[in-house]
Amino acid sequence: MKYLSEYRDPAIAKRYLDKIKQIVTRPWTIMEVCGGQTHSLVKNGLLNLLPAEINMVHGPGCPVCVTPLNLIDKAIYLAEEKRVILCSFGDMLRVPGSRKSLLEAKAGGADIRILYSPLEAVKIARENPDRQVVFFAVGFETTAPANALSVVHADRYKLDNYSILASHVLVPPAIDAVMNDPETRIQGFLAAGHVCTIMGIEEYYPLAARYRVPIVVTGFEPIDLLQGILMTVQQLEAGTAKVENQYARMVRPQGNPRAIETILEVFEITDRMWRGIDVIPASGYQIRERYASYDAMRKFSVNIPEAPENESCIAGAIMKGIKKPVDCPNFGTTCKPENPLGAPMVSSEGACAAYYHFSGLVEQLEQIH
Amino acid sequence: MCLAIPGKIQSIEQKFDGLVRMAKVSFGGIFKEASLEMVPHAEIGDYVLVHVGVAISVVNEEEANRTFAYLEEMGEIEEELNIKDFLPSNTSNDSPN
Repeated sequence: MKYLSEYRDPAIAKRYLDKIKQIVTRPWTIMEVCGGQTHSLVKNGLLNLLPAEINMVHGPGCPVCVTPLNLIDKAIYLAEEKRVILCSFGDMLRVPGSRKSLLEAKAGGADIRILYSPLEAVKIARENPDRQVVFFAVGFETTAPANALSVVHADRYKLDNYSILASHVLVPPAIDAVMNDPETRIQGFLAAGHVCTIMGIEEYYPLAARYRVPIVVTGFEPIDLLQGILMTVQQLEAGTAKVENQYARMVRPQGNPRAIETILEVFEITDRMWRGIDVIPASGYQIRERYASYDAMRKFSVNIPEAPENESCIAGAIMKGIKKPVDCPNFGTTCKPENPLGAPMVSSEGACAAYYHFSGLVEQLEQIH
Repeated sequence: MCLAIPGKIQSIEQKFDGLVRMAKVSFGGIFKEASLEMVPHAEIGDYVLVHVGVAISVVNEEEANRTFAYLEEMGEIEEELNIKDFLPSNTSNDSPN
């Protein structure tokens, strides 16, 4: 496939790897922010091919992982007790709530539907005027235009049976939170390419200056990641802390103005709770007053008590790049995709799931036990 | 979740009572519908980056090729630097004439 396959060429990957090996002189810790990048790095075996000096740590860019436990409980409540048609991206379904996951609720008879796009949920609402339809709108900046667009579409039809349960989060405040942790050792970032496709790169300049770290906006294919790492290492070795754009075929410096306009039409900035991390100030979107009737939180009075997190899960430390999945005593033993203690073990962007499925560590563990 | 892949626009039509420009996009022969509301200038034949049913960017072909030229560009710059290292300190790069 054009613009995809050529960025997976092993011969070019080798040339990038050779160049990285040639210029690196000492250890560097680099965080890839997006869980999609984590999966590409692990799945393509790049972590094993990089020189030992390069320590990649895995970031909080997994929307499913950071969606609060309480919100999953609320989604389940809406589906089971309020009998709504609860629509969600597939990735959310196996994430454990405090009592059960959405998948278990679906197996128990709740009307939970897996969709590819929030625009499909609006179609379902139009086709089912006698039912309430709720879309579980999680995601980073990349997904915000589509979720906002679903509200705009619903509003055009004046639908009174469509709403979204929003848990939208933003990358730059998360970089702040990660860098403000006293245990952080991060010296450079690969920023999330698709987030920047929407938002552009300007909001990263103050971060690079404040923390004196290079930030390279990077794509998702093996060659993209290797080029992003090379550009970061070049900066680290030279002692610079600039914002650079590896993914310029998709990312314009100003982002996508039409998409930003659509987001701001529907959403406004708010504080958000990040599962496993904490409340991060001004780190997410909530629905504006003007579109309050499309906000499931305001539409249905859902009072679900906060449930405690599983204390043996170290997801927060993993998503801040302080620990790795293999540092967790539960990894691959008491925590597996079929019986997860935390969200990163089941999400297609979770670091634990990436290590479990693709790193070969599970086979090693099985030989030990 | 932020998974998005590039595909080629095969056809465009107005949908949802004529309000929305929707494209049929080919991903290596697999066809999916995508809204073009976020990329109003996209046309048939363009490659667009599609995420959860919405096209969010048009691929910049010139930039797409730069990833492959990057190492060569790096090499050329290094060569230039190396040449300067070997030149006597009183020799400028300008022509001696």
